[in-house]
Amino acid sequence: MVAGKSFGERAFNVTNVMIMCILMFLTLYPFWYAVIGSLDSAQDLQTGPVFLWPRVFTWASYREVLNDPGLLQAVWVTASRTVIVTVVSITYTALFAYAYSRRYLKGKKWYTAIGFISMYFGGGLIPTFMLYNWLGLYDNYLVYIIPSLFGGFWNVIILNANYKSIPDSLFEAAKMDGASELRIFFQIVMPLSKPVLAALSVFTAVGVWNDYGTTLFFTQSSSLQTLQYLVLKLIQTTAASEELNSNLNPAVAEILAKVQGQGLISSQTVELAAMVLAAIPVIVMYPFAQRYFIKGVLIGSVKE
Amino acid sequence: MTRTSSITPSVVRVAMRNKPYTFGHDWRTQTELHSMLLPGVFFIIVFHFIPLFGLLMAFKNYDPTTGIQGIFTSAWNNFQNFTWIFHSYQFWPMIRNTLGINFLGMLVGFPVTIGFALLLNEIVSMKFRSVIQTVTYMPHFLSWVIYGGLVINLLDPQSGVVNYLLLHMHIVRKPVEFLADPQYFWPLAVITGLLKDIGWGAILYLAAIAGVDQTLYEAAAIDGAGRFRRMWYVTLPSILPTVMIMIIFAISGMLNNNFSQIYVLQNSLNLSTSQVIDTYVYQVGLQQFQFAQATAIGLMKSVLALILLIGANFASKKLTESGLF
Repeated sequence: MVAGKSFGERAFNVTNVMIMCILMFLTLYPFWYAVIGSLDSAQDLQTGPVFLWPRVFTWASYREVLNDPGLLQAVWVTASRTVIVTVVSITYTALFAYAYSRRYLKGKKWYTAIGFISMYFGGGLIPTFMLYNWLGLYDNYLVYIIPSLFGGFWNVIILNANYKSIPDSLFEAAKMDGASELRIFFQIVMPLSKPVLAALSVFTAVGVWNDYGTTLFFTQSSSLQTLQYLVLKLIQTTAASEELNSNLNPAVAEILAKVQGQGLISSQTVELAAMVLAAIPVIVMYPFAQRYFIKGVLIGSVKE
Repeated sequence: MTRTSSITPSVVRVAMRNKPYTFGHDWRTQTELHSMLLPGVFFIIVFHFIPLFGLLMAFKNYDPTTGIQGIFTSAWNNFQNFTWIFHSYQFWPMIRNTLGINFLGMLVGFPVTIGFALLLNEIVSMKFRSVIQTVTYMPHFLSWVIYGGLVINLLDPQSGVVNYLLLHMHIVRKPVEFLADPQYFWPLAVITGLLKDIGWGAILYLAAIAGVDQTLYEAAAIDGAGRFRRMWYVTLPSILPTVMIMIIFAISGMLNNNFSQIYVLQNSLNLSTSQVIDTYVYQVGLQQFQFAQATAIGLMKSVLALILLIGANFASKKLTESGLF
């Protein structure tokens, strides 16, 4: 690529690489900033921002955050709902999509109609709120679980498109041998659909882990707070405390009360530490998940 | 039935050809399939269809203390909820912010994302390319709480890096209140949205670019087209259908803001430029408990969004002969 290339061509290559490096820096730096900011002492952070490395290194913010019962409760709520929803909704949605994908299913057009209507029409926030309230899901842990158990028709369409790549002869042979539909699903379809199931699981798990809307809209107890919601409250309180002392969220107030009058930590360093902790599971999972989700985004885009 | 080795796939296929209409139509199979589908249909009915009845509230004098029955028993009020919305002092700013942020986002987002995909495609080293992809996809998977929190910290007037640099490079004389000053909210929403999702948004375009017929490039090269011209005259027209579909999606979503993004970056000081339809519904409905009005806003938004979708699809079919439906 060196010899025989014109000056213009080389200049283009160099500029291009530089643009990409700048973009990568802009992407990565904020995360690095959170890491070093949370590891710096609060007193030092008051004197000016840290850039590449903490000036006065301390684990104090992490010790504070990890010893907080409110935060541990939030981790438990978030992690448990992520695991339950991902496992159940992916398994059931795959099963639903299998039954739906059968050409010999009678009344298939009714299922298609119901599915498509559900994708484009909904009641919106307030009617949903009232429904949850009526069902007793408001301010109940189950609000994180029950409405999410079925992954929705969009996932059914993706899975349905994927099942088409499984040769028909496999199903026919199994059926002739007397296998039930359930058995065909668990023994043939699921093992052969591992890549797409992995991709959808990644999307579902990340979506649930990152969700704070459910907490914001449908709960009020501090014992039901999710990790993202708690971090949000920390951010909002830090921002607000610079202007006025507003009504504090009890779990946040508890964290901040201990912060007062100590030099090593401040609401800002605690907030950064909580952000880093909330990001860790996604960042750790990310390299393993990467090979699946690119495939996932493309199967979603297939136009039939 | 016992397992017999004589039944091979080809035998089955022959059998199928003779009896194409009865396979799988037995009572047992159908019962099994329908019972697999039943829970899903139940979920759709409960969580998607039943809330549709709640839309009645938009046309009624609904009192939240009357509970579920109130939806059906309360009196019709002659579109008063809608006139209330139009006369609210927050209505026009909210519409302007929603459309402004989305329009600005499209105006900047499409060229930059497509440009990024084109430039990334020109990176010769495959290893470097996959490093760039890995890095730029990552923020998409982090929540807006974390990403927004990072942005707020970096832009902080006292302790933020951005203001420190601006001050020490003598670009500004006093710290810029990026989050407290309403004039910065639109660009802030657009730029953070772009930085978080640029890599992810480029995936589709990269796939489209990979599907371009390589002989076109060879022909263009023989005709003397340089790298830039090949990008402009071969790659770009080839991915135009993909771009059009993405534009239709974006236009039909013009009234949708990313609630999780806006809500994190919003505060009481920048509300004049950060209040959008979605955050307004939340405020009116769940903070002020004006259920009927909030439902009316939501309904109005859905109807307009449907019109936008159909309109954008129609325009796209006329212009490029490719559309969604």
